[in-house]
Amino acid sequence: MKKSTKFLSLLLAGVLTVGSLAGCGGDKAASDSASSTEASADGEVFKIGGIGPTTGAAAIYGQAVKNAMELAVNEINEAGGINGAQVEMKFEDDEHDAEKSVNAYNTLKDWGMQALLGTVTSTPCIAVAAEATNDNMFLLTPSGSAVDCVAAENAFRVCFSDPGQGAASAQYIGENKLASKVAVIYDSSDVYSSGIYEKFAAEAANQEFEIVSAEAFTADNNKDFSTQLQKAKDAGAELVFLPIYYTEAALILGQADKMGYDPTFFGCDGMDGILTVENFDTALAEGVMLLTPFAADADDEATQKFVSTYKEKYGDIPNQFAADAYDGMYAIKAAFEKAEVTPDMSASDICEAVKPAMTEINVKGLTGGEDGITWTADGEPNKSPKAVVIKDGAYTAM
Amino acid sequence: MKKTMSKTTKSNFITYGMVLAVYLIVQVMIMTGNLSSLLQGLLVPLCIYVILAVSLNLTVGILGELSLGHAGFMCVGAFSGAFFSKCTNGVLPDGLRFLLALLIGALVAAVFGILIGIPVLRLYGDYLAIVTLAFGEIIKNVINVLFVGRDSNGFHFSTKDTMSLNLAEGGEAIVKGPQGISGTPKDATFTIGVILILLTLVIVLNMINSRTGRAIMAIRDNRIAAESVGIDITKYKLLAFSVSAALAGMAGVLYAHNLSTLTALPKNFGYNMSITILVFVVLGGIGSIRGSIIAAVILTLLPELLRGLNDYRMLIYAIVLIVMMILNWNPKAKAILIKYSPKALFGKKNAAKEDK
Repeated sequence: MKKSTKFLSLLLAGVLTVGSLAGCGGDKAASDSASSTEASADGEVFKIGGIGPTTGAAAIYGQAVKNAMELAVNEINEAGGINGAQVEMKFEDDEHDAEKSVNAYNTLKDWGMQALLGTVTSTPCIAVAAEATNDNMFLLTPSGSAVDCVAAENAFRVCFSDPGQGAASAQYIGENKLASKVAVIYDSSDVYSSGIYEKFAAEAANQEFEIVSAEAFTADNNKDFSTQLQKAKDAGAELVFLPIYYTEAALILGQADKMGYDPTFFGCDGMDGILTVENFDTALAEGVMLLTPFAADADDEATQKFVSTYKEKYGDIPNQFAADAYDGMYAIKAAFEKAEVTPDMSASDICEAVKPAMTEINVKGLTGGEDGITWTADGEPNKSPKAVVIKDGAYTAM
Repeated sequence: MKKTMSKTTKSNFITYGMVLAVYLIVQVMIMTGNLSSLLQGLLVPLCIYVILAVSLNLTVGILGELSLGHAGFMCVGAFSGAFFSKCTNGVLPDGLRFLLALLIGALVAAVFGILIGIPVLRLYGDYLAIVTLAFGEIIKNVINVLFVGRDSNGFHFSTKDTMSLNLAEGGEAIVKGPQGISGTPKDATFTIGVILILLTLVIVLNMINSRTGRAIMAIRDNRIAAESVGIDITKYKLLAFSVSAALAGMAGVLYAHNLSTLTALPKNFGYNMSITILVFVVLGGIGSIRGSIIAAVILTLLPELLRGLNDYRMLIYAIVLIVMMILNWNPKAKAILIKYSPKALFGKKNAAKEDK
């Protein structure tokens, strides 16, 4: 018995050696590619990395970003690339985990990444942004909406920040006098949802409506909302604000209908996708309003082209994450062109050049609306939120 | 007796030497620029998982109780350490602050270990597994509703949201419920990690080979016999369990100071994490400290080194786990391995035969 343990530990040690050797092999290739990047990137390509969850519970977001990024890169390459150089992309999985995300970031660094489009989800993004700041790597997150994601100088984002959405929603409700008594149901265990709620409540104080009930639920407890709805109903709320994702929102709509409660429902960009929930009666969503940067059935040409190509290639209707990633890739292109960077520059030099350029560009894109998206030096985008209302089972601009 | 003692001492020194050798090799590789960024980024997490695996082995292997809430102790340690660091950042010198954070993390985790242990370790059966499982889940949810802020008037607590903290002008919310703590200073380095591994090993190995350790193992092997020779069962069980919790808390502090964001998600502090650590212990061999170290290193590295295979990597990881489990525990597979082991091939057939 003793001997076999000894042998096994020997075997394990052997595997370990092989493993570390494999690691060496991998990093040899990496250092090769790094040196080739320095040597004016033999094929003259820009290396853009992407990070997001492509496995695990949040995989739907990462997959959408990956697909849209691929789509944008292909389009850019067909149209002649950036500053005449082709773009090469690589997307790494982070399983929606901060630690794994940093690993993914380091993998991409070994590959010779020059700018990062990511990460997709907020918490990992904060961790990766800290690493990217140390390396002075340009980072543009398509959908990392927490405030801290773009706290550093080198980090920018495409989507609205959580507080931005909360404030915009409160202003929209107040200015359009949609209701005088408002109830909120939010997910207190979720960064996105609680971030929006807090700013919404703060901004509501300046508006002419009153929050009569604010009820929370958690990820472990997100199936039955009758208590929260009953409280909203008892408080006489005319409008229920739902800063949550569409899966829970669909349940809330169904349960409100069952108890005969029919207020106006108002959501944020997380509500986008509610019409595609399986077994969901879209008639229930009639009259639901939401603030979103992107609606897949908008009738402008760019959106329609994007949706049809995406659908053809990946068999899905793109969500707002995909749209943000698509715009993000084009923002990188615009900033690179503005800064006139070349593929032989190091990531740090590119970052220095692109940082000021980001504040000078205007990307129309899918989520920019009429005026396009501009960026401020603190990394926040300026774009006008679109309010849409669901009418006859489809989004209609308001 | 003397001979066996020296044998265990030798074995312990092999374990220390192994860690030190790996440390030196890695340092040389970093200096000569031969280590990829990925592996450099993985060094601190590796240290964290090794400490977790070794400390859990104390509960599972030496004490013989099943604990399914090791990530919960890690979580408690991580949050208390990060909270302390956020509060004293800039006030205390960095080195001292981190040292105190480590101590506080370990202490808080130990206190929770004792609180859980006092009622549960008196019982006989699988109760510890059930209670620690619940503890891990509860602590995660408690932290997700906890808001703590600080302003000129001192600390404010709330379980609702940041606004109900009523912070004065210039106040700062430190723990923000589901958003956790962000902006913890990055103090964790590989050197500190290795020092902590060695510290963990010194504590655990010396404990095993001491009078206390023999008492603990006696309880594991035969509770009634141990009781009959006058061993205070609850005391020794509690001792082993709280030391194990404290070490996990220390690993948690290291974790919190390695990433600039700390949130209590199911992914990093949930049930799955506890199971992952248990897998390290089981695959490394229950009761074998060296095995725990090796298993933790391999199983943490594997999914990262398989990144080249894209989405298939988790599938392959699972297959490797199954294969390792079979090779490790199946008697037939073991016999085949022994038959073709280097020792058997190089003429020491007797040794192999003895082994069966």
